[in-house]
Amino acid sequence: MTRTKALAVALMAPAVVVVILVLVVPLLVGFATAVRDPELRVALPRTAELLRAWDGRGVPEEPVFAALAQEVRAAEGAQALGALSRRLNFERSGMRGLLLRTARAELVAPYSMALPAVDPRWGEPATWTMLRRASLGVTPLYLLRSVDLDVAADGSVVAQPEEEAVFVKLFRRTLVIALEVTITTLLVAYPAAYAMARLPGAWARLATVLVLVPFWVSIMVRTTAWFILLQREGPVNALLLALQVVDHPLQLIFTRVAVILAMVHVLLPFAILPMLGVMKRIDPRLARASASLGATQWQHFLRVYLPLSLPGVGAGGLMIFMLAVGFYITPALVGGTGDQMVSTFITEYTTATLNWGMAAALAVLLLAMTAAVVGLAVLLVPRLRARTA
Amino acid sequence: MIGVVLTRAWLGLVLLFLITPMLVVVPLSFSSGEVLTLPMPGLSLRWYVDFFTSGRWLAATRNSFVVGAATAVLATALGTLAAFGMFLWGRVPRLPAGLLTLPLVVPSVIAGVAMYFAFALTGLTNTLAGLVLAHTVLALPYVVVTVLAALQGFDRTQLRAATSLGAPFPVVLRRVVLPQIAPAVAAGGLFAFATSFDELIVALFIAGPEQFTLPRQMLAGLREFLSPTICAAAVLLTLVSLLLLALHQAVWGRKGH
Repeated sequence: MTRTKALAVALMAPAVVVVILVLVVPLLVGFATAVRDPELRVALPRTAELLRAWDGRGVPEEPVFAALAQEVRAAEGAQALGALSRRLNFERSGMRGLLLRTARAELVAPYSMALPAVDPRWGEPATWTMLRRASLGVTPLYLLRSVDLDVAADGSVVAQPEEEAVFVKLFRRTLVIALEVTITTLLVAYPAAYAMARLPGAWARLATVLVLVPFWVSIMVRTTAWFILLQREGPVNALLLALQVVDHPLQLIFTRVAVILAMVHVLLPFAILPMLGVMKRIDPRLARASASLGATQWQHFLRVYLPLSLPGVGAGGLMIFMLAVGFYITPALVGGTGDQMVSTFITEYTTATLNWGMAAALAVLLLAMTAAVVGLAVLLVPRLRARTA
Repeated sequence: MIGVVLTRAWLGLVLLFLITPMLVVVPLSFSSGEVLTLPMPGLSLRWYVDFFTSGRWLAATRNSFVVGAATAVLATALGTLAAFGMFLWGRVPRLPAGLLTLPLVVPSVIAGVAMYFAFALTGLTNTLAGLVLAHTVLALPYVVVTVLAALQGFDRTQLRAATSLGAPFPVVLRRVVLPQIAPAVAAGGLFAFATSFDELIVALFIAGPEQFTLPRQMLAGLREFLSPTICAAAVLLTLVSLLLLALHQAVWGRKGH
């Protein structure tokens, strides 16, 4: 390596290291959180060790019962036991109560008799095989639950019952909202960018600044504006009533339309600016060339201008989709319960229910879905371009 | 001709749609009423007084400026060096460029939740330092892109000339390169500040009530009770954004978008 190249690497290194430490490593930690299963090992280490050595048939031998009884008793009230009961209760409801009752019980050997006497579930093989799976340190449970699957008592993968199968629907809804928003934004933005690209100097600058203003204003401010505008007693309803368009206030906020409207508002600059960049580079003499060859203005637009401007549409569309798929604040504030996207659940699991495994699993799947759609689009865009050549 | 008229009319509507919602908040922030009702009972500055006398809003304002300034300094320094490193390398090297665009393509909710898990392990959650680091990473791509664009017009032979005259590299960077790309560096810094100042999602995950920034405090306020103080805060936040945009236009303006 030459001295210049070494210098170049040294100059890039600090930024790259910061991105790796602050974003790449956390992403890897996040992926790991989706499959990590440390609770049983932390709360009941000896029991976990014995369970891993057990062959998993029927119920285990007395030493496992004894280890469990003693460790649960010793851990009563400890944070680790709380975490374990949350973890097990997530896999099967009722486990929290079972652990608490067991922790409080006065037990004497033989424990393989004493534990089932506290609760008959300690005599069931299904309880023990579940504990054994939880002792392995990694679990597919969170990822499976995120696609409405579950692990049955015998360890096989089964579908979640109808009433609990919410996540596939949630991902589909997220995808649908993101696509609706992307398409609407592109359709609204295209004619606007087209007009901007051919405005005379001073007007073009004014229009650009007006597009840049919302781009620079906090998304929280813009969402707040919509939150206020769409209230039942808000300005939009007041205007509609005053104009006698309606005779009673409309339900605007907490609807899908509100979500789409506010998201399009936030994302429009991301569509207009790249489109404008590409359209400004289209040679205006092409229009005269088309006309001299006998093309109508409409034909010129369809066959020459539109294909040449598509890269801007593609770039804007990708950017908008990637942003829209991860939207949290707008659906959370102006959407109803039926308009929430995956992000809402990720936030909920992280900050409210403290189920980090589910939060991480949903994040991993959301990233995978985003990558899949973007990958598909990138495969398609060169073909769109090739058609123009 | 009809096409031109129609698309221009459409552009007018789109610009109206973009700007009007933000303007509606302005009169509401001057209302004298308790709740946001229309028509307004009267005009007053009481919600601005409330903003500037409330401990929570003042703390959030301070946090926003502290985190924004620190982010701007850090992201500008790291981003400018990295951009110059890329320039020296010749063609833009793939791996660092890819890594530095990562913050743009990872949905912010995912970045936020990932940082939350990782920062919890290192004690960086609920600290201003953690927030600065996170915002620095989010702002880095913009600084790099802006400075890299400015470097396109930089004549490489100046480096050899300066070096042959005996200037050590740090001096070359400070006395030869930096003066020529100063507008881009300033623009990058302003954008980095704005990125941090406006950012909500990552702050939602990794900031505790002590580290609430203005957007985060607005969200907390909206969830509690829609007080007109939030409108006052929105207006003040918009003014800061407009100031940043004006400065950005002044130093970078037409060279940018």
